[in-house]
Amino acid sequence: MAEIRIRNLHKRFAAFVAVKDSSLVLEDGKFVVLLGPSGCGKTTTLRMVAGLEYPTSGQITLDGEDVTFRRPRERDIAMVFQLFALYPHLGVRDNLEFPLRNEGVPRGEIDRRVRDVAAILRIEHLLGSRVGGLSGGDRQRVALGRAIVRQPKAFLMDEPLGTLDAEFRELMCVELRKLHDRLKTTTVFVTHDQNEAMALADHVVVMNDGEILQADDPHGVYHFPSCVFVAKFIGRPPMNLIEVTGPVAPGAQRVRVDGTAVDVPAMHAGAERALLGVRPEHVRLVAQGEGLAAQVRHAEYHGSHWVADLDTPAGALKAVVDRAGRPREGDRVGVAFDAARTVLFDAATERLLPSASTAAHQPAMRHG
Amino acid sequence: MASVHLRGVGKRFGSVQAVDDLRLDVGDGEFFVLLGPSGAGKTTTLRLVAGLERPDAGRVLMNGEDVTELPPAQRDCAFVFQQYSLYPHLSVFDNLAFPLRAPRRRTPEAQVRSRVERVAAVLHIEGRLGRKATELSGGEMQRVAIGRALVREPQVFLMDEPLSSLDAQLREELRVELKRLQRERGATVLYVTHDQIEATTLADRIGILQQGTVRQVGTPMEIYDDPRSLQVAQRLGMPAINVLPVDWFDGPAHPQASHIAIRPEDVALQAGGAERAFEVVECSLVKHLVVAERAGVEVRVRTVLDAALGPGARLSLRFPPERCLFFDSAGQRIP
Repeated sequence: MAEIRIRNLHKRFAAFVAVKDSSLVLEDGKFVVLLGPSGCGKTTTLRMVAGLEYPTSGQITLDGEDVTFRRPRERDIAMVFQLFALYPHLGVRDNLEFPLRNEGVPRGEIDRRVRDVAAILRIEHLLGSRVGGLSGGDRQRVALGRAIVRQPKAFLMDEPLGTLDAEFRELMCVELRKLHDRLKTTTVFVTHDQNEAMALADHVVVMNDGEILQADDPHGVYHFPSCVFVAKFIGRPPMNLIEVTGPVAPGAQRVRVDGTAVDVPAMHAGAERALLGVRPEHVRLVAQGEGLAAQVRHAEYHGSHWVADLDTPAGALKAVVDRAGRPREGDRVGVAFDAARTVLFDAATERLLPSASTAAHQPAMRHG
Repeated sequence: MASVHLRGVGKRFGSVQAVDDLRLDVGDGEFFVLLGPSGAGKTTTLRLVAGLERPDAGRVLMNGEDVTELPPAQRDCAFVFQQYSLYPHLSVFDNLAFPLRAPRRRTPEAQVRSRVERVAAVLHIEGRLGRKATELSGGEMQRVAIGRALVREPQVFLMDEPLSSLDAQLREELRVELKRLQRERGATVLYVTHDQIEATTLADRIGILQQGTVRQVGTPMEIYDDPRSLQVAQRLGMPAINVLPVDWFDGPAHPQASHIAIRPEDVALQAGGAERAFEVVECSLVKHLVVAERAGVEVRVRTVLDAALGPGARLSLRFPPERCLFFDSAGQRIP
């Protein structure tokens, strides 16, 4: 049971502001991912929650209790740095016991907790084995076991998968999520990798330049990005951004892109200049002469679908095409968009413009 | 550029048979991807081609010539590793120029300069040539590592998961560049990866490698549409192909068939549903995925939905017969 609240958290290192006046409520039992490029302030935020850094101003509470300036050991929170670190010369049981022996936990209690963790991770049969001979997947489960055996109120993880090779990273993501579904321990996980974020998170917090740009569930971050940065950062291939011709008026349900009319959800605000945002899977190829004129520059095969690179008078676009509809290089086609799935950004502020569809969406997280 | 052929190649390390009676044909100018999980023998295969390992059995041929006994230098392969290995004390320029300046090659300095600059431009690192290798970001370092292979004109490029240490965006950019470069130069590339997206987007042909043996070779579309075994069917496709009990098939199935398999994008979905209803387990509008369950069997459906279905919602699924694949109890495909 742990709810973590961050209020007006601010951290300055000399002239550099690492975290800017951020507020956030991390709900009990959620897997929350702090996501952003390096230098965005995600690790500094995590370290302040852990007590490894103290804020310049602001407050952190754990279940209502102010822990802002408590030492790491005085908060019942476990910081997990890397998940691959096992002692190869020790057995599985010794690896699991190690963090507890370090803390002087009594023998009987150690035995009980190791038994519980082994049961949760289904590695009871491995307790007598050496780490050296284990398969990759078993090794990952033992590593996870070592992280959870302390049974803290919350886990804090700073790019724990970063140094694993790509394949084990993916396996570990699956194990980590399964584990969370069983334990439901509040987890804060820092990464720059959006695949990890989307695979793991109940809630995603996107940061850049020390600021929280958006905090929501993966669906909200993906479909209603708060700004151009989030739109480009989340999703591979990323959201298409297309310049709209002329101003957009409040109430508009249609905009023009290079002379072609494009339907959009009813706008609740306007802008002098706007950008149309549409995900590649909401772009449809239609017959030449309909929609926006386009030519296929390149098509990549992904098994279940194709990703087509398109040249249009309004710029380059990407479209996801069904596997039966193979796009050929040089093909001239029309391009249409799923109106309900389009969003508009104010080109000057780069912020999402409110519309009928964005108003219908309730963000899953509170931040300020 | 050269063709590469492996004939009955075997390699054992202690008790582990890393590669077993391997046959492989990579055509001149072909982009060939070996796809397999870790431990399948991918890296060993590359090292055998490069001459960094000696096979216990079989022959390695380049352009039809037997090179099994030749040392690495005489095979003239350019190797790109998963982890960039640059000379930290040298500049980016000197790192790129290094292979050309090797005593055996003695490339004139003017030619070194023009080739380094051309490769740097292609990889968008022309502004970094004066920097020390250690001053670069991870993505830039890996570009330099790839560039160092590209400045040469070797017989064959051998690439061992060259993109897997990069983040998603860079990986995607370099993937497109790598494919373009290979096409422009007509280069022979043998590329190993565990990443199926790299395999389907880069390869002219894919070889599915499992436990040291090639299970199937074909174009990405052949492997995806026409897998010869259940193992191969499950290797390509994200989310993975559904494997269902054969009595779920609408119609007379082959008597030998013990399983049907169908791709998630081929399953048709309708809300509601009567006697053969499924229950939603998971629905993601981001992954375009619905997972539904009946009688303990989970079915993955790939579909772009407008609104999420809640867990427990009922729906009916249809498995169009023309999209179903049949497998016998040994996992072999029944035509």
